[in-house]
Amino acid sequence: MGTLAENILAEASGKSVSPGEIVYAGVDTAMSHENAALVIRWFREIGRERVWDNEKIVIIFDHRVPAESIKTAEGQKKIRNFVKEQGIKHFYDINTGICHQVLAEKGFSRPGIVLVGTDSHTTTAGAFGAFATGIGATEMAGVWATGRIWFKVPETIKINVEGELSKGVYAKDVILHIIGHLRADGANYMAVEFDGDTIKNMSIASRMVLSNLSMEMGAKVAFVYPDEKTKKWLEERKAKPYRFILPDKEARYVDEYNFDASEITPKVACPHTVDNVKSIEEVEGTEINQAFIGSCTNGRLEDLREAAKILKGRKVKEGVRLIIGPASWEVYRDAMREGLLDIFIEAGGVIINPGCGPCLGAHQGILASGEVAISTTNRNFQGRMGSPESFVYLASPAAVAASAIEGKIADPRKYLR
Amino acid sequence: MGKVWKFGDDVNTDVIYPGYALKVTNPDEMAKYAFAEVYPEFSKEVKEGDIIVAGKNFGCGSSREQAALCLKYVGISCVIAKSFARIFYRNAINIGLPVIELKETDEINEGDELEVDLNEGILRNVTQGKEYKIKPYPEIIRRIIDAGGLINYLKEGKNV
Repeated sequence: MGTLAENILAEASGKSVSPGEIVYAGVDTAMSHENAALVIRWFREIGRERVWDNEKIVIIFDHRVPAESIKTAEGQKKIRNFVKEQGIKHFYDINTGICHQVLAEKGFSRPGIVLVGTDSHTTTAGAFGAFATGIGATEMAGVWATGRIWFKVPETIKINVEGELSKGVYAKDVILHIIGHLRADGANYMAVEFDGDTIKNMSIASRMVLSNLSMEMGAKVAFVYPDEKTKKWLEERKAKPYRFILPDKEARYVDEYNFDASEITPKVACPHTVDNVKSIEEVEGTEINQAFIGSCTNGRLEDLREAAKILKGRKVKEGVRLIIGPASWEVYRDAMREGLLDIFIEAGGVIINPGCGPCLGAHQGILASGEVAISTTNRNFQGRMGSPESFVYLASPAAVAASAIEGKIADPRKYLR
Repeated sequence: MGKVWKFGDDVNTDVIYPGYALKVTNPDEMAKYAFAEVYPEFSKEVKEGDIIVAGKNFGCGSSREQAALCLKYVGISCVIAKSFARIFYRNAINIGLPVIELKETDEINEGDELEVDLNEGILRNVTQGKEYKIKPYPEIIRRIIDAGGLINYLKEGKNV
């Protein structure tokens, strides 16, 4: 009689479960990026010689690639050595992409599994029906040592989205609209299930946007129900065995929200919180210095295609920096073959290698004081992308592309008629 | 006993610990980055044993454990908030930094002296002469806290 979260945790813990209860679950996939260096430190301190299962640990370099400092280089070296020492099978160096995208591309994001990652946006894999959530480095060291983790069984909220999206409105606008309603802690400690025709009609890439950004309302996990599209993806990716686990019809939800997709317009999350959501008309004309298209939120092929539609044959406004970071090398290559990268270069954009750099202000496009950016990323916290005196607006790839052309926040719909 | 540093709602991990400093591993250096960009005076003025008191959703955002570690390393003995973002909450427990959920944090003022007794489950505001009951933790959390964090807990040969 369970929700999706309850049903997966029941499988993983081998017993029936109910919200609020603490359960102990086996982990199917344990993902880390450069913060594996910190995980290794804690793992050593626990004093176990070998990791619990060297085929279930995945390490993907993405946060600062290629290394931007000696400290990062030392950390990456330490991790590479550990990978060799422990025979960790799934290691992706600087040439693969952003962890959440790579997990999907390499078939690790699968329905019905328990996936933990030392990154908050691990919720992204919920788009495939995985119980996927972020944890810290110490907790991951515990998982490496034991293969197990405790969870408080979350309560679940259901979000129904019905209707057709208007032109120029995307999954990013839908989820920003939802976060604006539920606020930054609206789903804290909770599981989210997305349902409705709008979601069913979305591509896998768009569903990943929903699960990814659900983190910004505090969600522990954020599911889209696996379906035929999911199955097709998994088969193409030769994903390891999976099980379609779904919620029961009688499942109990603590809250249900209904949204009409046809009423949603392009949205912008304004500084300095993701729940400070406004319609683009309210901030149209705000001057910008930088525009960024990329990240685990919106750096996939469909995002680059939408941006290219608008940028084709146009130029980025003088004085504005347009930076484009495909989410993975697979995306990069596809974009190259389709000629999208040519369009971006022609427009005056800078294409960076796949990675997280600009999103968290680590490198590759840090903002100076007083500067304003519009970005397809997931956080606009004070100082997130650089100076604490800079300002970040979050929007869809189309809105960012339109803004780059005008040098100020612009409505993408006028370019799509 | 510790002096209160008061914060508002939705204090996020990027404000607590800047992204560019994630590569830092040395504890003393990590301590210096606590609130470095937004409240540069914090790490200089905070005293061993001081306590952070905040509104709702403390620690929202990234899974970066450094956000909890830097507070511990800079001398913070406990964080009290109306609610915590879930990853921060787990991180704090796992690294041995006590976190307490308390609805009445609005009643506590900047600079108040607090006394936290986790064994008795009592929080005393010495300055105001008030007492609050701390909600008991679930057993697994209690055991991890008692061991001084998850690493010690696992070192003792226990399992989750």
